[in-house]
Amino acid sequence: MSRVAVAVLAALALIGSGARPIAAQTAKPVNEDVVHEIGTQLRCVVCQNLSVADSPSEMASQMRVIIRERLAAGESPAEVQRYFVERYGEWILLAPPRRGFNLLVWLFPVAAVVAGFAAAAALVWRWTRRRRGVRTPPVAVDAAMSERIRRELESGS
Amino acid sequence: MKRLWRWLIPLAAVPVLVLLAYGFRMSPRDIPSPLLGRPAPAFALATLEGAPWSLEAHRGKVVVLNFWASWCYPACYEEAPVLERNWRGYRERGVVVVGVDIQDKRDAALKFVGDFGLTFPVAQDLKGTVSVDYGVYGVPETFFVDRQGRIRVKHVGAVTDDVFRTTVDRLLAEATAP
Repeated sequence: MSRVAVAVLAALALIGSGARPIAAQTAKPVNEDVVHEIGTQLRCVVCQNLSVADSPSEMASQMRVIIRERLAAGESPAEVQRYFVERYGEWILLAPPRRGFNLLVWLFPVAAVVAGFAAAAALVWRWTRRRRGVRTPPVAVDAAMSERIRRELESGS
Repeated sequence: MKRLWRWLIPLAAVPVLVLLAYGFRMSPRDIPSPLLGRPAPAFALATLEGAPWSLEAHRGKVVVLNFWASWCYPACYEEAPVLERNWRGYRERGVVVVGVDIQDKRDAALKFVGDFGLTFPVAQDLKGTVSVDYGVYGVPETFFVDRQGRIRVKHVGAVTDDVFRTTVDRLLAEATAP
């Protein structure tokens, strides 16, 4: 009786393992460039500011193997990326997707540069306008003073 | 007009300061797991003694799934006695503690288990597939799986007696309710 149970369990285990998504039976040839391309977009989770493609860590190399296996199993690059995002969240993506609150990250620098140029232009316009508009009034020189200047120039000091 | 401009420039700094205040209050280490409330990914590994261990075989129990490594000092060294103590305390009540050793050498793992006298099952995730399935980005990380097989709590850092007991008691209490 217990033998039957063991056999049933073994059969179930076989079915279970066959149902795993990473089944290498239908392995397709994998383009290493695609593996690299997916890796560059994923954060190496144990590093600081390194992608899975660039990191020499063991974790990153295991993740590259997982990328390769999922591609070999017939997944598209987008599906492989979704697999990682579903487990790690958008945090795993080195570039945040351009939507929702994330748009701030993409738009704020552009807005800041535009605002900076606008402010600089406004200031330059104001400064040049002031110089043009304000005339220096002619200095009043009385007769005695001009006579003195003339004398001192002629004395040729 | 001129007075308005004088106020506008310092006012422009306010949203930036608000954003910085928000950003600096958040810990960059607290990364919310998208797995909370979702079914715990199934896995089957061999323990250090060579026995098969699968999550499916423990459905219906509260599973405390602990990712660790022998090089993870001090946090993994702090929590190892806590896990062992609570495994002994709770194992009769339908709680399973399982350790998954990642990015590690077998000898180092065996020494760690021996040094702390760990009696709960410990398996090595040699290919890293289980770690990635659970979105593990460091050690230690501990997942509390309820009796329905859903991930309910993810704890980053060393597990304390308090964290273990409050979480497991809560999951046990709700599981007995029909």
